[in-house]
Amino acid sequence: MHDSMTLTLNGETRIFPAPLSVAGLLGMLELDRRKVAVERNEEIVPRSAYGETLLAGGDSLEIVHFIGGG
Amino acid sequence: MDGIAQAEDTWTVAGRQFRSRLIVGTGKYKDLEETAAAIEASGAEIVTVAVRRVNLSDPKAPMLQDHVDPKKYTYLPNTAGCFTANEAVRTLRLAREAGGWNLVKLEVLGPPPTLYPDMQGTLGAAEVLIKDGFEVMVYCADDPIAAKRLEDMGCVAIMPLGAPIGSGLGIQNPAMIWMMRQQTKLPFLVDAGVGTASDAAVALELGCDAVLMNSAIAHAQNPVLMAKAMKAAVEAGRLSFLAGRMPRKMGADPSSPLTGLIR
Repeated sequence: MHDSMTLTLNGETRIFPAPLSVAGLLGMLELDRRKVAVERNEEIVPRSAYGETLLAGGDSLEIVHFIGGG
Repeated sequence: MDGIAQAEDTWTVAGRQFRSRLIVGTGKYKDLEETAAAIEASGAEIVTVAVRRVNLSDPKAPMLQDHVDPKKYTYLPNTAGCFTANEAVRTLRLAREAGGWNLVKLEVLGPPPTLYPDMQGTLGAAEVLIKDGFEVMVYCADDPIAAKRLEDMGCVAIMPLGAPIGSGLGIQNPAMIWMMRQQTKLPFLVDAGVGTASDAAVALELGCDAVLMNSAIAHAQNPVLMAKAMKAAVEAGRLSFLAGRMPRKMGADPSSPLTGLIR
């Protein structure tokens, strides 16, 4: 049996199964982990730690990438 | 100047050496194909990029890196849209994690319609970023006092505006740009206000190491052709600066001798 938890992703509240790592989340979202960066509760999650970083209910995540800008 | 000497005319920021004196933004283009073509035509080696939330409803949308190769161009992440030091610092920490770059462009702006650099916010953010190991190229007002503080603090390049962002008005403050150029030992760039090729040439003639622009290329009728024009203008302006212009005279001085004329 999986539990579920609520995460805030880029300002949107969504429900995910628990337990879930950052790597697992990026996989579920189908994001290329080489092209994004992740902030969890205003702290950077290093790429090297995606696998071991388990998310907790109530976490607020920012997932960003580079876009055109001046 | 001969070809060999030209090839050696480089500039250096934070220990990185560049030949092109044109830095271009990657925003405001019609699509990513046009972005890539204009950047290629500009000859730029550094491109500015913004950091934004991924659109989670469309994760497979093409990304900038697919068109503008970070291995070929030095990505210079900016803090556009940040109005506080904290937002700027969080944004650049994310940029550093996304790409591994310490070299960044800091801009903290005031509200529209001027979007004028907020120097108090900029100074605060620069201090935090430098402590956190960033190499900060800083967008600033044409304010020599603030620029000196930023230099003393440890910023790696001073980049005042020539006119409001995206205005295309050209360099409105050549005397102050020139004085600020004389004041600093750091790389010095005009970062906003260029509208057309002659404006870019003026920046280099004033002694700037390089010039940074986005709208002047992206909003031209033909961005790729304008990128090419900017490349030529920056090269011409630099050569003109190195050549040393003739003195201005308040009067005429004929180019043909006045002696030996037929009578």
